[in-house]
Amino acid sequence: MASLKDLRGRINSVKNTRKITQAMKMVAAAKLRRAQAQAEAARPYAERMEAILASLGAAVASAPGAPQLLVGTGADRVHLLVVVTADRGLAGAFNTNVGRLARARIRALEAEGKVVKVLTVGRKGAAYLKREFASRIVGEITFMGKKRVEFTDAEAVAVRVTEMLEAGEFDVCSLIYNRFRNVITQIPTDQRLIPTPLPEGEAAAAVGPQALYEYEPGEEAILATLLPRNLAIQIYRAVLESTAGFYGSQMTAMDNATRNAGDMINKLTLNYNRTRQANITRELIEIISGAEAL
Amino acid sequence: MATFLLELVSPEKLLLSRQVEMATIPAAEGEMGVLPGHSPMIVTLRGGVIRVQENGAETERLFVGGGFAEVSPERVTVLADEATPLASLSRADAERRVAEAEAALREIGNDETEAKRDLALDRVLSARAMLDAAQAA
Repeated sequence: MASLKDLRGRINSVKNTRKITQAMKMVAAAKLRRAQAQAEAARPYAERMEAILASLGAAVASAPGAPQLLVGTGADRVHLLVVVTADRGLAGAFNTNVGRLARARIRALEAEGKVVKVLTVGRKGAAYLKREFASRIVGEITFMGKKRVEFTDAEAVAVRVTEMLEAGEFDVCSLIYNRFRNVITQIPTDQRLIPTPLPEGEAAAAVGPQALYEYEPGEEAILATLLPRNLAIQIYRAVLESTAGFYGSQMTAMDNATRNAGDMINKLTLNYNRTRQANITRELIEIISGAEAL
Repeated sequence: MATFLLELVSPEKLLLSRQVEMATIPAAEGEMGVLPGHSPMIVTLRGGVIRVQENGAETERLFVGGGFAEVSPERVTVLADEATPLASLSRADAERRVAEAEAALREIGNDETEAKRDLALDRVLSARAMLDAAQAA
């Protein structure tokens, strides 16, 4: 049985933990709001970009000599997975969920006899995958120490991917990240980047007649600058969603931790009071039985 | 006078979305004035200044560092890499950027691919346009 002093010590330490988790929850909530605003601000650009790409890409994709960024290398042997996680933990299962999806994908692809390469964005993903797949990791990128992720940061990742494509280091590229649905739900998502997915059938028809547009300079020249930018914006969007999701997840996790700490304090306090009462009762019995013995 | 919807978006935010009478945009092959009812076009942009006219007067001037524009009869969407109102351009920033871009271009040398050199050259031109714009403001 723990002594009263021990119990007091434990109660105090859990109280301190609760203070910390509560503060972290507040911080996460404030940062979440900022991250969400940033993610929303980026949305119009991505949407317009998609529309232009859809009208342009469909026309060019079927032509021979279409850019690799659009149609890929034509092969399907080497897969590059870009895994986006957070740089920090203490956010529940946030990083683990992405890691688990990535692991499942790697396993599935390798079972099909494909070669897998992994590029991690964010420190936690690298740490998670290194244990099992260290030999597949071709690069690690982190945004540690940055207050907010700028578009240029995402562009740097895109440049890296483009360079690898040009060097023929992979055929298909997908992005694995946590899609932000709401504060409590983040959905680990696997999104194909290269070859660029284009709307087909009805969706393509809905985009409207493409032949109407005049291009200046030519279609290929526009596409050549548009595609890298599209890649960057897709990555940027994933990073922003992941950041927003991270703070959402951290907020939930810290809220739970705060509540758990509260429960624990209640239990320990109850225990403490019982022990105190037991001690008093015992002392009384000792005194009374002592007095009776006389 | 007739108007059309001008939208100016950068990756980081939506900067402008309203009805205007005329917009002058720095297309890659020369400045382009767009009035309502323009035939549909998709153009690339170089570094330069977008001018906006409303009610017969120039109301807004913004520097863009490059990007795309989609023109249709009732709407113009400019996807800018970055966009700053001329008033908030700083000359020192522009000068620094010119210096950086020029250094990057020199570094590339002749053994790199043509596409890379073009990209670096575009950066230099865009930075110079920014400096010009900053001086004019």
